[in-house]
Amino acid sequence: MGDSQYSFSLTTFSPSGKLVQIEHALMAVGSGQTSLGIKAANGVVIATEKKLPSILVDEASVQKIQLMTTNIGVVYSGMGPDSRVLVRKSRKQAQQYFRLYKEPIPVTQLVRETAAVMQEFTQSGGVRPFGVSLLVAGYDDNGPQLYQVDPSGSYFSWKASAMGKNVSNAKAFLEKRYTEDMELDDAVHTAILTLKEGFQGQISSKNIEIGIIGVDRKFRVLTPAEIDDYLAEVE
Amino acid sequence: MSIFEYNGSAVVAMVGKNCFAIASDRRLGVNLQTIATDFQRIYKIHDKLYIGLSGLATDAQTLYQRLVFRHKLYQLREERDMKPETFASLVSALLYEKRFGPYFCQPVIAGLDDDDVPFICTMDCLGAKELAKDFVVSGTASESLYGVCESMYKPNMESEELFETISQALLSSVDRDCLSGWGGHVLLVTPTEVVERTLKGRMD
Repeated sequence: MGDSQYSFSLTTFSPSGKLVQIEHALMAVGSGQTSLGIKAANGVVIATEKKLPSILVDEASVQKIQLMTTNIGVVYSGMGPDSRVLVRKSRKQAQQYFRLYKEPIPVTQLVRETAAVMQEFTQSGGVRPFGVSLLVAGYDDNGPQLYQVDPSGSYFSWKASAMGKNVSNAKAFLEKRYTEDMELDDAVHTAILTLKEGFQGQISSKNIEIGIIGVDRKFRVLTPAEIDDYLAEVE
Repeated sequence: MSIFEYNGSAVVAMVGKNCFAIASDRRLGVNLQTIATDFQRIYKIHDKLYIGLSGLATDAQTLYQRLVFRHKLYQLREERDMKPETFASLVSALLYEKRFGPYFCQPVIAGLDDDDVPFICTMDCLGAKELAKDFVVSGTASESLYGVCESMYKPNMESEELFETISQALLSSVDRDCLSGWGGHVLLVTPTEVVERTLKGRMD
């Protein structure tokens, strides 16, 4: 539609009203490894594939799921280095909030500030949008929460969501399997089954990563041994 | 005369049983001349949070305006009221921002938190917080206030008795201080209501 003439510049709208660079960023996300999140009645689980480029890579050193605060964790689909920059900025913002109010930052506020950073990079000169979508999982006074943040800076609260390569199959699977009163353990099982759906090769504790947060409000990444236990239960 | 004594002031807050009271004098002076006898030192931040600002009146007013600004933005963003402890941290941070050119105020913060447990605290003009379980005082009459509160205060007073105690404490302290007085303003806050009363003392 003549859009391609406008695809070079982030800060120029195309005639159809799109910012083509953001569309391209979403493509980058869409070709990244699958990740998903499920909000249970008593917690949130996020999970991702951890396909490494070669068997020589030391997989214990790779951690895709990271903490933003002690009670908020995040996983991404897309360009890893971009997600690191966002996590770094969000951590700093969370600590600044705490320094001012001596109160841990509510999940919604942190998501809002992260989204604002992502939006900044869609309206400045000489920069490109972030090539990641983030799934933020947290537990605060408003209970368990799951948010998705896109390269455009828009954010949505989800009961369950998926991003990356296998997104449509994963979301369809989640739509069927999700129930409002799911417990955290059930949610982990469902997350593993959803990952399994589009998984190429044999799923094991070495090529997926799972992070959970429960009523204790402490986000943690499951150890390979714990993942093995869940995998055994799912078989 | 020090800058803190330019306008004269007295503020006190006390904790009772599921309630708190915050009181101030009503004199506004310029050195020894009295300019107003109905000056308001206690401000409402939200239904369950009040701040009394003693010290230089212009700084008290400006600081109050800044705090209301910050609280309103907080309410819009977070869709809830600030907890008293959070507000106290905010006041402390704002005061310390001006570490080398401070606001000449000593705030007294009093509020009920989400479970209706009373919270009081005071801080110096640079933001050093002092949390207390019983009472906090500030202003030119603070030394007398400390003495009177120490002897009159009892824990777990009901609202009527708390009102009597804080009123007596305020009036007898400001009577010994030439820079504060001209009556008193007392706010009694319980989870269900706020009662505002004006005291008539020695009008000098």
